[in-house]
Amino acid sequence: MASARAGAFSPGNLAAFYRQRFKVDLALQVAYRGATFIWLFSLIVQPLVSLVVWRTVADSQGGSAGGFTAGQYAAYFLAVMVVNQMTFMWHMWEIEWRVRTGVYSGILLRPMHPIHEDLVANLSFKAFTLVPLIPICVLLAVIFDAQFDTRPVDIVAFVPAVALALGLRYTIEWALGLIAFWVTRAAAIHQLWASVTFFLAGQMAPLSLFPKPIQVIATVLPFRWMLSFPVEVLLGRLSGRGILAGLGMQVLWLAIAIVVMRAVWSRAANHYSAVGG
Amino acid sequence: MRSKKNASSTEERVAISEGNVAAQTTRSSVLGPHSSALHALTVIRTYLRLGLLNMVQYRTNFFFELFGVTVHLATALLGLAVIFNQTSSLNGWSSSELVMLVGIQTILGSLLGLVIEPSFQTFMENVRLGTLDFMLTKPADSQVMVTFQRVEGGAIAGTIAGATILGIGIARHGERIGAGQALLFAAMLLVGIVIMYSFLLILSTLAFWFVKLDNVLVIFGTTFDQAGRWPIGIYPGWLKGTLTFIIPIAFVVTVPAQALSGRVNALNVAGACLLAAAFLLGARWFWRYGLKHYTGASS
Repeated sequence: MASARAGAFSPGNLAAFYRQRFKVDLALQVAYRGATFIWLFSLIVQPLVSLVVWRTVADSQGGSAGGFTAGQYAAYFLAVMVVNQMTFMWHMWEIEWRVRTGVYSGILLRPMHPIHEDLVANLSFKAFTLVPLIPICVLLAVIFDAQFDTRPVDIVAFVPAVALALGLRYTIEWALGLIAFWVTRAAAIHQLWASVTFFLAGQMAPLSLFPKPIQVIATVLPFRWMLSFPVEVLLGRLSGRGILAGLGMQVLWLAIAIVVMRAVWSRAANHYSAVGG
Repeated sequence: MRSKKNASSTEERVAISEGNVAAQTTRSSVLGPHSSALHALTVIRTYLRLGLLNMVQYRTNFFFELFGVTVHLATALLGLAVIFNQTSSLNGWSSSELVMLVGIQTILGSLLGLVIEPSFQTFMENVRLGTLDFMLTKPADSQVMVTFQRVEGGAIAGTIAGATILGIGIARHGERIGAGQALLFAAMLLVGIVIMYSFLLILSTLAFWFVKLDNVLVIFGTTFDQAGRWPIGIYPGWLKGTLTFIIPIAFVVTVPAQALSGRVNALNVAGACLLAAAFLLGARWFWRYGLKHYTGASS
């Protein structure tokens, strides 16, 4: 029901909603900055540990392993740190909690598609935490002697690449979160998804270090386009043609993801039944 | 997630257990101060038994925990496979030694999730709500009660999975482990648990001053999960220092693993023991100091 009326909002109305909601969410981030910075801490630790591990691998092989020097590994994982911060989302896990506690009863009554509200919350968190994250990354780049081979064109291409990656990862994981409307313990499925993403999106190691068949799977499926691609662009590892083809793949997968998400959502909303609401 | 779902029933259980503990308490406090250690053991045993009963009651949780820890371990082992595709040793550690390390880390992590984390979380919640006062009136050591008050039996799944991985690592390592080595390993594991526990007790005690603190445990949990999976030697000096003194996981995981592969030196053993003793005494002192500072909910 809610989704049927969602189309009624004009772009102007939607923009006004995003603006106001963003202000409110940002104020919330500032109010609960302690919790926000602890989230940021976990977003930093994981790539930092990978950075140290792979630098050690490169050092043990005389300074270079798998086509990356120690400095290039440092640059790779710092780029992963930034791109992951920009593209990650937590609503997949939260939807299960909302369904179980009946919070969705209220959300379903609102006339707007609930994905917008979550997206604003997500963007405000990112805007707020990017401010400390950038200087931290610069500091780490100096400490670990990171070597970036970025050309000016890569910086230009990085902007749409990371925006599309965010849209893609966000839409897919939001749709996956909706599994909670049918399954009570959806977190197990979400954890499996997060582990697969950890490998196939290039968080664990650069995709070029994996066996060929796995690289093909990551490229054909959306995984590479959710994280690894913007990282590769930022590091200057792709040709102009490779960048254009990658952006095309991102647009294609984003279109598919949106269609699937809308179909799943309309079924989920109809399937929803609250307990004791 | 799971704890939220079962929260109400867990509280009922704890309420029953507290009645139980109090009954046993009155009996032993008559016996005088000499039996205080024995008394503490009775309290601990009662809490653990109730945790076990809870686990048997919610069997499905156990299997979801098992699934979760299996996915986690598969991720860790696949990661090691990718790394050892590029090199034959990481900072002097072979792949089977790192598999052992992952096993030890999983076991320690499950002990954290079994008793320490849920209990301390409940404790901080109790300080915030003022319900800690009820616990303090009971005639048993407050530190013991706070430490063992909530047992999440499902976390045993992690212990089982971790022990399996440790076994695989030992088998792959292929060297015979002597009795002395095994004993040293067990001792170092205990030292690790003591350090971990004391550190978290110190953090939790801060709740007497700063009421909203529950996220602080997340910092330790994240660091332990991510950084604890690797030998401390790979980190550069400033991180090594941080991981030894500020968020002390260095001795917790690395030293037991070294003890098992027979590469630990006397200096590390002595250092770990000293650190554990200092942490335990410090935590105990700080707990008592905090308790004195605590004024209850209504004041």
